[in-house]
Amino acid sequence: MVPRPSDTSAGSETPRDPGVIVSPRGRFSRLRDRRFWVRVADRLFTGATGAAALVILGIATLLVLLLVQSSYPSLTRFGFGFLYGTVWNPNQTVLSPLIFGALPAIYGTMVIAAIGMLFGVPLSLGIAIFLTELSPGWLRGGLSFVIELLAAIPSVVYGVWGLIVVVPLMATTVEPGLHATLGQLPGLSGVFAAPASGYNGFSYLTAGIILAIMVIPTISSVSREAFLVVPNDQREAALSLGATSWETTRLSVLPYARRGVLGAITLGLGRAIGETIAIVLVVGNSYAISGSLFSSGTTIAAFIATEFGEANGIERAALLELGLVLLAVSLLINVGARLLVRRGIGPVGGAE
Amino acid sequence: MRSDPTAPEPRAPLPPMPPAKLRTEKLSAWYGKKRVLEEISLNFAPNEVTAIIGPSGCGKSTLIRCMNRIHEVTPHARIEGRVFLDDQDVYRQEATSVRRRIGMVFQRANPFPTMSVFDNVAAGLKLNGVRDKARLDEQVVKSLRQAALWEEVKEGLYAPGVSLSGGQQQRLCIARALAVEPEVLLMDEPCSALDPIATAKIEDLLFDLKKQYTVVIVTHNMQQAARVADRTAFLYLGKLVEFNATRELFERPKEKLTESYITGRFG
Amino acid sequence: MRFDRDVRRKLFSHAMAIACLACVAIAILPLGDILYTSAVNGLKVLSFQFFTQNSPIPCDPRFQTGCSFGGIYNSIQGTLLLIVIAAGIALPVGILCGIYLSEFGANPLGNAARFFADVLAGVPSIVMGVVVFSLFLLLFQDGYITSDYVLSVLSASIALAFIMLPIVARTAEEALRLVPTTTREAALALGIPRYRVVLRIVLRSARSAVITGGLLAVARAAGETAPLIILNPGNLFPFAPALGLHQTTASLPISIYRWIVSPYPNWQADAWGATFVLVILMLGISVAARLALRERFGAALR
Repeated sequence: MVPRPSDTSAGSETPRDPGVIVSPRGRFSRLRDRRFWVRVADRLFTGATGAAALVILGIATLLVLLLVQSSYPSLTRFGFGFLYGTVWNPNQTVLSPLIFGALPAIYGTMVIAAIGMLFGVPLSLGIAIFLTELSPGWLRGGLSFVIELLAAIPSVVYGVWGLIVVVPLMATTVEPGLHATLGQLPGLSGVFAAPASGYNGFSYLTAGIILAIMVIPTISSVSREAFLVVPNDQREAALSLGATSWETTRLSVLPYARRGVLGAITLGLGRAIGETIAIVLVVGNSYAISGSLFSSGTTIAAFIATEFGEANGIERAALLELGLVLLAVSLLINVGARLLVRRGIGPVGGAE
Repeated sequence: MRSDPTAPEPRAPLPPMPPAKLRTEKLSAWYGKKRVLEEISLNFAPNEVTAIIGPSGCGKSTLIRCMNRIHEVTPHARIEGRVFLDDQDVYRQEATSVRRRIGMVFQRANPFPTMSVFDNVAAGLKLNGVRDKARLDEQVVKSLRQAALWEEVKEGLYAPGVSLSGGQQQRLCIARALAVEPEVLLMDEPCSALDPIATAKIEDLLFDLKKQYTVVIVTHNMQQAARVADRTAFLYLGKLVEFNATRELFERPKEKLTESYITGRFG
Repeated sequence: MRFDRDVRRKLFSHAMAIACLACVAIAILPLGDILYTSAVNGLKVLSFQFFTQNSPIPCDPRFQTGCSFGGIYNSIQGTLLLIVIAAGIALPVGILCGIYLSEFGANPLGNAARFFADVLAGVPSIVMGVVVFSLFLLLFQDGYITSDYVLSVLSASIALAFIMLPIVARTAEEALRLVPTTTREAALALGIPRYRVVLRIVLRSARSAVITGGLLAVARAAGETAPLIILNPGNLFPFAPALGLHQTTASLPISIYRWIVSPYPNWQADAWGATFVLVILMLGISVAARLALRERFGAALR
């Protein structure tokens, strides 16, 4: 289109010419003025985008309000006892009162996330370090592409694979093996104790291992980004002292990227505690607390998934309260992670 | 040349070139397909400051980065030709040991971010297996003194290195480089990010440092080269145009190109 | 002595490089085994009919005869239906939101929306599921909808849309931000109205990155299981395609889940077939998205 001088004043950049629009022929003539319609379109467009931004805020508000509102019966009835109660009994009888305690689910979530992080974090950092610092150039592109594909596998597939491949392996080999070796060490016998029902492979440990694999793409890709923004002169500072490539990573890259890496780990943790279906398929779904990593258990997310369909009334409210707990924890983790990642990328503080 | 009132009095004429501590022989360098250095042959005399000047993009930094083998760390970077340290080809030795013998100070002060002043200076020593506390302390203090930073940081040795001012950080980086007792010190525009006062401090420092080291400084600031360097090399578009005693080069340039550069006709 | 130490340091550096390479290998191993196992088991049931027939009736050849493997037609149809509706909501809203964040978002509303988009992206999908359930239950209790809609294609699609929305918004924002400011200024200086500059020039220059973000969000939603367990458990009308938004539908992830935990041989076999199809689908989308991105932005994003 051919730019005419009059058009330049139409954008929202220069909102200063109302006088020009009101022509001597009267107020309705503005409807025939092209600049008027351009301005209306501009306003509509900006308004529509702003409304879309408000939708995000609306969903966030809805999330909190709805969860609080719908778990209200349980919140008021069980109070803080909900968080440390160990019994989940939706069927009132003469001998067992109606009660909901979240501790087994919270405990399972923590144990499984901890195992996932224990294995997932070193693996992911090793991957990120290899791909940014140590890999020969020709290998880098292909390998990072493959690692990114891990993120494309849906969690139900990890669950199916865990159920069919990993669970039997754990039951026949890994768990008895760990019990016979590490389990004999003083202080570790409880952690690696054989479960009363025998090794069936459905355990905290199995769930943790599956989770470790699932958090790898998150943690490794975010830490890679943090490594990639480390300025080269940081690496060269170490190299010029005669450091080897590993020493350069340890002296310059890791310290410089530390916030980003911490953020990456936190994001991975956020993903870990929210993981549902893969856990459901390998954890055994028993509502109990056990010190042995070979025992079955459950997590908040897995428990909601398995119980919600059957639940009604107060039990549903209690499950929604579990959801509220999960939301609170994941919000805390994610807000922390975002702050860390945002600060971690960019120069480190100090007098510049 | 426009005389600079702050320049020190003209020094006594330089003796003829002594045997070189460091020299390059037909050194060429590439980034990918782009050739940035063309067959540079230069000698660097011991206990002198040699300046490398030239307009930006002329390959000054690349030249010194080839000398301590940092250039090859960049992806797709390649060199041809040779670099000798004490008549031994550095490209036939371990890169790490070459870099330990040829220290480097960078354009932007780059102290290790999480480390204290002390740990920054001690980092190179620790890499080389110095664990003895007394030895570490001694060497750190010595290096900080050499870098003229000791008086300013002795109260805050365990404060983070990045909490110092820009000029102090750069001297901290000099101290860090000196701590591993290199034989050559390469400086890549060490003052370009500093204010005049901090710059003056580092320039003063160079007069002391050259008593002990072979110093090579890359600078785009001709006054700085005139002030601090015994000999100066002028590079243009990857080629060595002229290399001479600094006074000669600035007062009686042999090449037309040198003359137009130092008189400020391009830059 | 010094020589020994240098050799040791060099060896240690190499050892660490190998250890880090081993981490890569350990991560690739499950990927390889997932592909291998699902291919080997999945190909046993894969045939043309597998894509054209509905879910089978459970059957065990040890006790029955004439067992059929059925297929995943209704599962695929359900997944497509859910995704189309979810994307129909999330893509326009998300892209508009991305435009706001990148073009007009340097203000408190923009910062808040950006922050909450990040936060929403981190909310576990099971929580999204129960929240949408509560929302629909509330709407039903207040008489706005019939009870069918609480567990339905509609409610599940909305949960998926909530999951996609922050991803679409943030990737769109990042993509639009990569368009240089000078491009906008040049267009504005020609007197082109702001909305046209954004739609015709900025959005067009960034379109492949925006599309990639959308594709990744679609892939994420298509593989989601957790919210569907709550809102569309697939046990109400599992054997035929849904006839309306108020019904529930089978979907690939839910069918896989229900089949793999079942005791019936034909369901278990079908679970692998569906898993293989889902994996190929997801990898395909992911590879396509990344290739599209790479082609456009080249090395900048690697």
